[in-house]
Amino acid sequence: MTVVSDRTAVEGRPVATGGGTSPPAPLPLRGRVVRTRSWSFRVDPRAVTVCTVLAVSVVAVGLWSISVGDFPIPLVDVVATLLGNPTEESEFIVGTLRLPRMLVGIGVGAAFGMSGAIFQSLVRNPLGSPDIIGFTAGSALGAVTMIVVVDATAVGVSVGAVLGGLVTALAVYLLAWKRGVQAYRLVLVGIGIGFFVGAVIDYLITRAEINDVQRAAVWLTGSLNGRSWDEVRIVAVALAVLGPIAVLMQRQLDRLDLGDDTAAGLGVNVGRAKLVLVLTGVALAALGVAAAGPVAFVAFVSAPIARRLVNSPGACIVPAAFVGALVTVIADLAARRVLAPTELPVGIMTALIGAPYLLWLLTRQARTGAL
Amino acid sequence: MRSPGSNVDDNRLRAERVTLGYDRLTVVDQLDFTVPDGEITAIIGPNACGKSTLLKALARLLRSSDGQVVLDGELIHRVPTKEVARRLGLLPQTPIAPPGILAVDLVARGRTPHQRLFQQWSEDDERAVRAALEATDTTDLADRPVDQLSGGQRQRVWIAMALAQETDLLLLDEPTTFLDIAHQIDVLDLVLRLNCEGGRTVVVVLHDLNLACRYASHVVAMRDGRIVTAGAPTDVIDAATVGEVFGLDAVVIADPVSSTPLVVPIGSHHRRTGDSPSPGSTPRAIQRPRGRRGPDAPGDRSDR
Repeated sequence: MTVVSDRTAVEGRPVATGGGTSPPAPLPLRGRVVRTRSWSFRVDPRAVTVCTVLAVSVVAVGLWSISVGDFPIPLVDVVATLLGNPTEESEFIVGTLRLPRMLVGIGVGAAFGMSGAIFQSLVRNPLGSPDIIGFTAGSALGAVTMIVVVDATAVGVSVGAVLGGLVTALAVYLLAWKRGVQAYRLVLVGIGIGFFVGAVIDYLITRAEINDVQRAAVWLTGSLNGRSWDEVRIVAVALAVLGPIAVLMQRQLDRLDLGDDTAAGLGVNVGRAKLVLVLTGVALAALGVAAAGPVAFVAFVSAPIARRLVNSPGACIVPAAFVGALVTVIADLAARRVLAPTELPVGIMTALIGAPYLLWLLTRQARTGAL
Repeated sequence: MRSPGSNVDDNRLRAERVTLGYDRLTVVDQLDFTVPDGEITAIIGPNACGKSTLLKALARLLRSSDGQVVLDGELIHRVPTKEVARRLGLLPQTPIAPPGILAVDLVARGRTPHQRLFQQWSEDDERAVRAALEATDTTDLADRPVDQLSGGQRQRVWIAMALAQETDLLLLDEPTTFLDIAHQIDVLDLVLRLNCEGGRTVVVVLHDLNLACRYASHVVAMRDGRIVTAGAPTDVIDAATVGEVFGLDAVVIADPVSSTPLVVPIGSHHRRTGDSPSPGSTPRAIQRPRGRRGPDAPGDRSDR
């Protein structure tokens, strides 16, 4: 195995040579090329570093989050419990209350992060995120319907969320269609559909029984409170199935970034690639919604942060997943502790982060005429 | 200059009685078109005459509602997208460079059809990208972000991306449209070099008649979705053709540099009353043009 090209390597040789007998200078490609006879990969060291740092941060914040609370548990005991040596009280508090909550937070954050990265890249606009263009609202409607009308279990709520998300995505797409889909039309139609869906949710709530209403209302703000291993299973399955698909589709997503015609000219089956990407993105967001409710703005902020950290023009699906996880875990920790002993839903915290960014982005895009 | 392409059907790429359009609007009706191997074919014609539509069909981007496009004896729609991309390179009219992408990374994306999941960057890829950068004289620009390049440099980088695909067939949709005249010549010189040295077959949609005549060995003039005339520029471009294709009165003389036809439009300010010019007629004494745009003024992006 050899490392043949390294953008950061100090070669001291100009790139432009051409001719001559000396071996040509390495191409100034992003990242390193790792190659054997039968396979080769391009790895971006910076992306690897960023993801590692983010992963360590997620674990650190997660452990801290498990440790603090109305019944503080020393970090040593948290780690011991996770390793299978619980004390009497830590078994219940960690194993039943705080660990599943934290795992759901990580999983939901990662799912929203990936979904946001996919859609923002497809729409070529940071406003194309599923929480802005109504897709998560649609999932929430599907889930609320299952809670209020059918009184469904966690799996039923998940199915409802996925169906709601898909129907909404289809509606937005069809309404935005005018000889192809323009980004700004999609965003505006999506925002409109989002309001419409919100109104339907409100109507359902007014018609529902008081107990269901309470369950639905907390859930609708986006909350990790009282998440159990049921929800952990939902997000785990979602990530295990959809995560690899999203990662494999990144190459085609990055080709679509050059424009549909160019991508097709490069051998990308544009229609099929877009369909797979949209279905994956909708399902990721929907299952995130099913597990924790429409946690505001996580999908919206994750990919832009990830792109800035990695400094890459690509979709950054994997880094966005880590950013999403970290944002959610931090937001949940803050939501639990800021007004302790009162716990806020995590969605309020993420909204506090996301709303100013949305305003900034809107004013900037309005100024540059991008929207 | 080589002889014009024959119409025999052993050429690699051809359209047979294709009907093309968008939604219910028919742009091209039952058109036959053969791309002569090893030549530069320029497609010319007024805006919305179907030039780009035809190019899209040849590149498999647009499916014909009737008739067929044949590549290497196979119906192009039966050939998988990736396989088409290994035989035929395409540069669309308005490709999009992702913000911040480096020129070399953009060119590297031309290797997509040759890559697989476990073969993302082979030595062939490296060699092809290096050759493409060299051929387009963009090696020096390789480590610069595309959005910081000039229009001409950017267009050369895009062509390098298509070259890295290593296809013998190259389709270029208005590669010179937003460039100043010096950069237009740059790009067309490059196209000619690719044809002469690399033996590539090039089809290029052009707006500038004189450049088309100078650089192409085969010119196809289209109007209203049909081919008015096709052949070597010296054989087919005369005042009558220009009149029929563009509805423009013009004098056609020999280009003092290349001896190819040079189309000199007359325009209403210089028209002699009651007498339409014929080939070889001399225009009246030069008057000062009053800020009128030329026959192929840039700035029209709605052209299909």
